[in-house]
Amino acid sequence: MKVLLVDDEEQLVSTLAERLSLRGFEVSWAITGLDALAQVEIDTFNVAVLDMKMPLMSGSELKNKLQAKCPAMKFIFLTGHGSEADFKSAALNTGEEYYLIKPLNIDVLVQKLREVTAI
Amino acid sequence: MFSFRNLKPYFWDHKDPGTGPFKHLFDYRRMWKLAVGFSVTFVLVPVLCAGIFDFMVTKTSMEGELFQRTARVVSNTRRSVTFFLAKHRSALKFIVRSSSFEDLSKPLQLYRYLEDLRVAFHEGFIDLGVIDSAGIQIAYTGPFKLEGVDYSGQQWFKEVLLHGVYVSDVFLGYRHVPHLVIAVSHELQDGSVYVLRATVDTVQLNSVLTDLQLTRRGSAFIINRNGILQTESRYYGKVMERMSLPVPKYSARTQVKEVTTDDGKQLIVGYAYIENTPFILLVVKPKDDLMGPWYNTRTILLAFLSMNIMVVIIVILSVVTHLINKIYLADDKRLAAMHKLEHENKMASIGRLAAGVAHEINNPLSIINEKAGLIQDMFVLKEMYAKDEKLLSLVDWILKAVERCGAITMRLLSFARHIDVSIEQVNMQELLDEVLGLLGKESEYRGITINVDVGSNVPVIESDRGKLQQVFLNMINNAFAAMNKGGILNIKVEGLNSTFISIIVADNGCGIPQENLDRIFEPFYSTKKKEGGTGLGLSITSSLVHELGGTLEVDSKIGKGTTFHIKLPLKSKNKQVETL
Repeated sequence: MKVLLVDDEEQLVSTLAERLSLRGFEVSWAITGLDALAQVEIDTFNVAVLDMKMPLMSGSELKNKLQAKCPAMKFIFLTGHGSEADFKSAALNTGEEYYLIKPLNIDVLVQKLREVTAI
Repeated sequence: MFSFRNLKPYFWDHKDPGTGPFKHLFDYRRMWKLAVGFSVTFVLVPVLCAGIFDFMVTKTSMEGELFQRTARVVSNTRRSVTFFLAKHRSALKFIVRSSSFEDLSKPLQLYRYLEDLRVAFHEGFIDLGVIDSAGIQIAYTGPFKLEGVDYSGQQWFKEVLLHGVYVSDVFLGYRHVPHLVIAVSHELQDGSVYVLRATVDTVQLNSVLTDLQLTRRGSAFIINRNGILQTESRYYGKVMERMSLPVPKYSARTQVKEVTTDDGKQLIVGYAYIENTPFILLVVKPKDDLMGPWYNTRTILLAFLSMNIMVVIIVILSVVTHLINKIYLADDKRLAAMHKLEHENKMASIGRLAAGVAHEINNPLSIINEKAGLIQDMFVLKEMYAKDEKLLSLVDWILKAVERCGAITMRLLSFARHIDVSIEQVNMQELLDEVLGLLGKESEYRGITINVDVGSNVPVIESDRGKLQQVFLNMINNAFAAMNKGGILNIKVEGLNSTFISIIVADNGCGIPQENLDRIFEPFYSTKKKEGGTGLGLSITSSLVHELGGTLEVDSKIGKGTTFHIKLPLKSKNKQVETL
C-alpha cells in the first residue's frame, strides 16, 4: 500500500514516514502542497495523509487538487485543532474522509489506513 | 404583618466596596439624606415662617384688643367712682352754702340734715359733724358721742383747711363696716372757717365695682396709695389688708399693664388714679382667661400646621425614597452588566491566549510524539532493544505524557472555539436523544435515572447541532460526576416566548459551594484536578452557549443539587468567529 504524507513540519512527517515504513507501508512524504502534487505526477498512492493547516496550501485545498489527479485516492486529515473533537468528527467519519487529532496515536492511524483502503 | 423593616429602602444597607474620586456618587444614603434635607428645609421654612408670622400678628392684635377693652372698663369705672365721691361732696357743699353756721351748730338742725341725706342717698351717710376753725367738733349727730372732740392736731383737718375738701382712706368703723370720711370747709363772711364732716358707708361704692360684669376670675377694686385695699377684692386680699400685687406707678391717665405674679401667673392690670382722693382704681384679669378663645384658635392653627408638615414630610420621604431606589436599581443593573461584560472580555482573552499556547505547543508535541514513537517502534521491531524492558517503559511514559498533553491542548482549542457556527434546524427532542444515546450505558451502569421532558410548545430551533451536543454532553457529564448511585437528572425544555426557549438541567447531586459558584465558568478552574479534570468543561459549555446567542445560569445548594438554566434563541445568528 502506498501512502503520501504531507505536513509542513519536516521532523514530524519524516519520522511518521519512517514509523509507517516499519509497519510495512510504502511511504513518501512532502512538506508542501506543491511538493506533494509533484510526487503524485511520478507515482500513484492509495492514501494521502494531509495536515489540515499548512502555509501556502491548506489540507482541503490540496485534497481537491489531488483528487482531481487521482480520483481513486483516499484521504485522512490530521488536525492540530482539537475542536473537531467529539461529535463533529464522529459525524464526518461516516464518509471517505477521516479526521485524526494530533498528536497522533500510531495504532489508530494504521487502523484507519487499513480501513480506508479496505473499502 | 406590617413592619418598619419592609419600609427600609433597598439602598439603605448598600456598601460600596470601591474607592476612588467618584465613590461619593454611589453613597445612596448620603444622597437620600441630602435630598430629604433640602426638600424639607425649602418646603417647611416658608410654611413655618408664614405660620409664625400669622401667629404673632393674631396674638398681637388679640392682646391689643384685650388692653383696649380693659382700659375702657377702667375709665368707665373711674367715672363712676369719681361721680360717687363728687355726689357726696356736692351734697355737703350744698348744705354748707345753703345753711348758716349757726343753723348747723344746732344738733337738731344737723340731725334733720342727716335724715334728709340718708333718705336722698339710701342711707349712705352715717353721721354728720360741724367743726369750728379751732378743730373742736361743736355739733354732731350720729351713732356716737363725739361732740367736743378736738381734731385740730389731725392731718385730715389740716388738709381740709388747705384744699377745701378731704376724702379719707377707708377705715373700719363701728360694726366693722368699712367707711370713709368726706369733709368740706366753708369760709364765713368774717373770714373764719368751719368744716362739715360726714362719714359715708362704702357699700354703695362696693356695688359700683361689683356691678361690673367682669370675667370669671377678673376683679375690680380700690386701693389707697400705700396699697391697702379699700374695697373687697376677690383674689388679691381683704379690705384693709395690703394688696398682693405691687402698687402701680402714678399716672394721670388710665393705664393697662401686664404683670407677672410671683407664682408665674400673667395678669392684665388696668388702673387709674382718682383725682383729689387717696384712691387708685384697679381692674385685674388673668391673661389666660381673656386669651382663652385665642388659645383655642392657636391650638387649631398648630394642629393644622403640624398636620401639613407631617403630610409634606411623608410625601417628601416617599418621593425621595422612591427616586433614590430607582437610581440605585438602575446603577446596580448597569454595574452588573458592566461586570458581566468585563468577565466576558476576560474569558475571551483567556481563550485566545489558551488557544495560542495550545496551538504552538501542539506541533512540537506532535514531533515528540513521533520521535518517541519511532524509538518505541525501533525497540519493538529490532531485536537488539526488544528485551530492554526499562528503555521500553521509559518510552511508554513519554508517550503517555504526550497523550495527556495532547488531551489538554485539544480541550484548550475547543475552548477557544475557532470554528464557525454552522446553523441548521435542530429538534431538541432528537438532539437530547442522541446525546443520551451516547451516555445511556454510563447512566445504566451508575444507576442514574434521567427524565427528559420536552414541552409540546418547543419549536424546531435554528442552531449549531454540534455545539449543542457538546453543551449537553458536558452538562450531563458534570451532573453524573456530582451524583451517586440512585441520582435523578431532570431535563426540561419549554418555549419561553417568541424568541427564546428555556432548558433546565437539574440534578440532585452534591451541589456546588457558594464560594465556587462564581468561578465555575472560568477556564482551568476545577475541583476534580486530582481525578484528571482539566477545568475546561463548563467554561467551554458557557462560551458555546454564548456563541449561540444564549445565556447560562446556575444555582446550587449543597447537598440538594445543582440546576443549570439555559436560554437559547430560536434563531442563532450565523456569525463569523475569528480563526486562530
